[in-house]
Amino acid sequence: MFPGRFIDFSDWNFRNPFSEFERMRQEMNRLSEGFRRSAPFSTPAGVFPLTNLSEDTDNYYVRAELPGLKAEDIDISATDNNISISGERVIPGENNNVRYHRRERESGKFSRVISLPGTIDSDKVEAKFTDGILTIVLPKSEAMKPKQIEVK
Amino acid sequence: MDSKDIQIQEKKEVESPGELTQEGPFFVPSVDIIENSDKIVLVADMPGVSKDNVDIHVEEGILRLQGNVSGNAPGEYVLSEYSIGNYYRTFALSADIDQSGIKANMKNGVLRIVLPKSDKSKPRKITVKSN
Repeated sequence: MFPGRFIDFSDWNFRNPFSEFERMRQEMNRLSEGFRRSAPFSTPAGVFPLTNLSEDTDNYYVRAELPGLKAEDIDISATDNNISISGERVIPGENNNVRYHRRERESGKFSRVISLPGTIDSDKVEAKFTDGILTIVLPKSEAMKPKQIEVK
Repeated sequence: MDSKDIQIQEKKEVESPGELTQEGPFFVPSVDIIENSDKIVLVADMPGVSKDNVDIHVEEGILRLQGNVSGNAPGEYVLSEYSIGNYYRTFALSADIDQSGIKANMKNGVLRIVLPKSDKSKPRKITVKSN
């Protein structure tokens, strides 16, 4: 007879009746973010080259697309918690008597620093360059690696 | 000024992939198209595509490029500024291309296709004779 029999008021938060809407709004935002990109932080720094940073328990991995460069054209240096990539992309000129129908590929110098979320062992950084993709493997410092704790 | 700084190019996704049946995003590679008197050269940036994974198809005057990217980033993403996907783009060829003479090579993620012009479409120097 009284609606109280059907609705459990004890679950309601009377202090802030809008908190449920707020929670829904955040959930919707989170969902739509998830559709767009899969990474938690996805604010491009606006500096060439665009990079993807990933990690597993032992290493960080920095990847960047640098089509048309050669391995010797790329300078990489690393400190304990950041890495810098610089170089120049040169598009070799064609002969003089040519006409361009399209010119979409960019050329020029670049230099970028990427801050890492933790410290690395900068002596053991390795980089490889295949098919226009630069992959830098940055071993995490011992202090950053998760430690297995034995339960006695 | 010796050289300018390179500008970022966000990848553009293919808008209507048409008959493509593969999953995942497809991107439009950036291209330069250069013409001189005896050939047209098409240069496309396809980072991540090895020479075995590029497919060039010419049919009924349409040149179709497709590059498949294999391999994912190891580990879990911390920061992602670009997405990974295959490349796809089509171009209409003018009739004056010698389609049997098309050559392509792939190096460091850059595809270069040389499209020779057929003899009849090469420009000729016309000399004006005076009587």
